[in-house]
Amino acid sequence: MIKLSHIEKTYATENGPVTALKGIDLTIGRGEIYGIIGLSGAGKSTLIRCINMLERPTKGSVVVDGKDLTKLTSAELREARKSIGMIFQHFNLLSSATVAENVAFPLKLMGASKDHIKKRVTELLELVGLASKADQYPAQLSGGQKQRVGIARALATNPKVLLCDEATSALDPQTTKSILSLIKDINEKLHLTVVVITHEMQVIKDICTKVAVIDKGVIAEQGTVLEVFTNPQQPITKEFISVLLSNDLPAAFRGGKVSAEYVPGAYLLLRLTFIGDSADDPVLADMIRKFPDVEVTMLFGNLDQIQSVPFGRMIIGMKGEKDRVDAALSYLTERKLKEEVIGYVARHDSTLD
Amino acid sequence: MSPDMIPLLTKSLGETVYMVAVSMIISTIIGVPLGVLLHTTAKGQILESTALNRVIGAVVNAVRSIPFIILLVAIIPFTRLLVGTAIGTTAAMVPLVIAAIPFIGRQVETSLKEVPFGLIEAAESMGASPAQIIFRVLLPEAMPSIAAQLTTVIISLVGESAMAGAVGGGGLGDLAIRYGYQRFRPEVMIATVVILIVLVQAVQFLGGQLVKKLDKR
Repeated sequence: MIKLSHIEKTYATENGPVTALKGIDLTIGRGEIYGIIGLSGAGKSTLIRCINMLERPTKGSVVVDGKDLTKLTSAELREARKSIGMIFQHFNLLSSATVAENVAFPLKLMGASKDHIKKRVTELLELVGLASKADQYPAQLSGGQKQRVGIARALATNPKVLLCDEATSALDPQTTKSILSLIKDINEKLHLTVVVITHEMQVIKDICTKVAVIDKGVIAEQGTVLEVFTNPQQPITKEFISVLLSNDLPAAFRGGKVSAEYVPGAYLLLRLTFIGDSADDPVLADMIRKFPDVEVTMLFGNLDQIQSVPFGRMIIGMKGEKDRVDAALSYLTERKLKEEVIGYVARHDSTLD
Repeated sequence: MSPDMIPLLTKSLGETVYMVAVSMIISTIIGVPLGVLLHTTAKGQILESTALNRVIGAVVNAVRSIPFIILLVAIIPFTRLLVGTAIGTTAAMVPLVIAAIPFIGRQVETSLKEVPFGLIEAAESMGASPAQIIFRVLLPEAMPSIAAQLTTVIISLVGESAMAGAVGGGGLGDLAIRYGYQRFRPEVMIATVVILIVLVQAVQFLGGQLVKKLDKR
């Protein structure tokens, strides 16, 4: 649906040229909710603006629904933009127009008939749950309601693509949830391709099917959300994920010396990841039964879902004779758990949690 | 105050209102598009054209830097060319309009600058043309601010029209100078000043009401 090839964007500034995007390749399939996550200044806002040419890339091509937007005349581009809706962090509603007039705006631009506009606006306000607010002005609405108006307006021309530029960043967590579920709803109902720009991993986890991590103008990592979450490769990706998934050691072990070698009396700490069906397997119980002489203590555990796939993470400690601990570890490895050995750490119980 | 002054005062008030109203209408018709041009041709705006922007800006600044009393006499030949005479109420409107156009242009430019760029970006993302952005986004969104600015322009036109009166344009200023000052009739002076104060207050009040009605923020 969207294919970005070798996108580069350079801005001329007083201090010389600044390159915001350094060769981005991205393919977004029809009906996907594609997340692009990055820190501020990573280039994600520039990137999403390249998709509808609000920013013209310095190099590269932008193909949306089979059309290369970089090759269109301005009139053709305006026409093409009608099939790409966009919503914004600060909603960007006309303060001088009512909710209904805001939603009608793109239709008026097209020169649609009054009857059509009226019918469509009613439909759209119904869809976003704001039918009763039609005659109010944006200033009278809450942030979440304003974004709903933004969504209704973006959908007015029946676009095939919806671009969301930090659409929930100005909203509180509850409102964010409701807006995200609305976006997901629309994606399913209207088979819309959605591109989401955000700096919050939670947003990606909640609604995206695929994700690209953008850092310093390049894509550091991309894949399905499940892959990237469960097996992050780049430090920047791990950092984003760690916001959601605590990677800290429990207090009783924090600050202690971590040794790769066996230390008598110390615990071997493991970080385990369960994905999908393995989350339901009684792996740990089996292990404990098999190795009764290894003392197993659970230090951290959490079970979550990503795209309806169960996803669990756990930190356990194992203590015992070296060969028994090694055997238990290789037993876990055989069971195809994703495990990461942290090392041997002695417990210091003087630390109060 | 002698009763003979009443018709004089009403006639002068009529002339002032006429001068201000007509020159305001003409200069708004030219000044608002000028303001739109000043704003939209600036760097990063929808009709970016730095060269054109610089030229218009320089002309606007040049006219605005001429004190009104000097402009008044400096353009007499032009006035004569335009309306056939350099004296009278209609002739006085020429310098008023010329002074007000760049003033309005700058004021409108300031108002348009207050419209958040995000709105323009949103309109562009919906496929709006530059003309649609100007008429459906910029001007409606800036309207409360433009109304407030135009109120200020009307008030300064009232002041300038008094000066124009001094060179034979008629109006309250003319009356105050000829009767109040040159014929030593302080009560006429006071009466004109009071009328001017009431006039300005009324304009400001009405302008304020209009802004309040337009502003939905």
